[in-house]
Amino acid sequence: MTRPSTDTIWAWLDEVPDPEIPVISLVDLGVIRDVAWAGETLEVTVTPTYSGCPATTVINLDIETALRDRGVEKIELKRQLSPAWTTDWLSEKGRVRLEEYGIAPPQPAGGPSRCPHCGGGDLELISQFGSTPCKAHWRCRECLEPFDYFKCI
Amino acid sequence: MERDDALFQFLLRMGDNTLILGHRVSEWCGHAPVLEEDIALANTALDLIGQTQLWLGLAGEVEGQGRSADELAFRRDVWDFRNVLLVEMPNGDFGQTIMRQFLYDAWASIMAAKLIESADERVAAIAEKAAKEIAYHLNRSSDTVIGLGDGTDESHGRMQAALDYLWPYVGEMFESDAVDAAVAAAGIAPDPASLRAEYDALVARVFAEATLTAPDSRFAHKGGRDGFRHTEHLGHLLVEMQWLQRAYPDATW
Repeated sequence: MTRPSTDTIWAWLDEVPDPEIPVISLVDLGVIRDVAWAGETLEVTVTPTYSGCPATTVINLDIETALRDRGVEKIELKRQLSPAWTTDWLSEKGRVRLEEYGIAPPQPAGGPSRCPHCGGGDLELISQFGSTPCKAHWRCRECLEPFDYFKCI
Repeated sequence: MERDDALFQFLLRMGDNTLILGHRVSEWCGHAPVLEEDIALANTALDLIGQTQLWLGLAGEVEGQGRSADELAFRRDVWDFRNVLLVEMPNGDFGQTIMRQFLYDAWASIMAAKLIESADERVAAIAEKAAKEIAYHLNRSSDTVIGLGDGTDESHGRMQAALDYLWPYVGEMFESDAVDAAVAAAGIAPDPASLRAEYDALVARVFAEATLTAPDSRFAHKGGRDGFRHTEHLGHLLVEMQWLQRAYPDATW
């Protein structure tokens, strides 16, 4: 096959869902740091979100599967630790989708700005950790619903 | 001491601290006093095990004998572990687990901030990654120490007892030996003794707010970070942690 352009590869990867939060893509999550051809080998540079996040292995597998399904044969996944992943790299599209899905997107202030269910602003922290390492557990005092907050790091 | 020998020992110390503490914390899974704490402890353990993969992965690379992080974790015996005694201490009650976590997090946060400046860029990259997680852990463990210390008579008494019990294990984190001198000379890591003043100031602030009193003594149990004399507890921990790889070597699934 002819080598697809890196723009095409980015578009393909933007269709690969995050294994834990399938409404956003791996590109939205900001874990794909670079895509480049080295001869016939496609090098994809990936950074982990949290060092122990079990989704990291699945993310690598999903990237490889998605690219192989589209005919890319030689793939090299490179792990990059520095600069460390930050929620600043979440895409705008990703933030909107997170909120629609019921997860409050990260805020520089360190807590959610409003309830993703009712939009209420009277919120309380239930626990600094939630269902995955990247989330904390909050509750809205207006609609009384609990919700996940994507931690800002 | 050769630079790479010292670096290998230093990386084992970092990785064994996170491995053994991570395993200890994971023992709470399904047993914590409330669901939120159970989830928080499991997530803390997960971060620590993740950091272990980075530290021990690099240790194996530096050693150059083809040992992976898993092999270092599951195929060494007690005397080859280089963690400080503090992290192998049993969980005790929830208060003791949180106190141990706080005493470690405070040290780890100061250490990581220095390691980000390491002359070895691989060490710096791991520290940069770990520092964010450590900061979050410290935030939670110090909040919980304050909440329970300045809580009911019952919770205060348990936190003070935990502090009295664990305080003699703090000093080992600031010991210096030939390994430390070699990595410090190479600009890889700070001399641990140089971190003590910052540590004392940090924990003093939290204990004051928690209405807890650190014992006046600087007596320190040691023997973990050089493997000379671990406590009896580490062997029991390894029996459980390493059981599968011992019973079924090279098992994969």
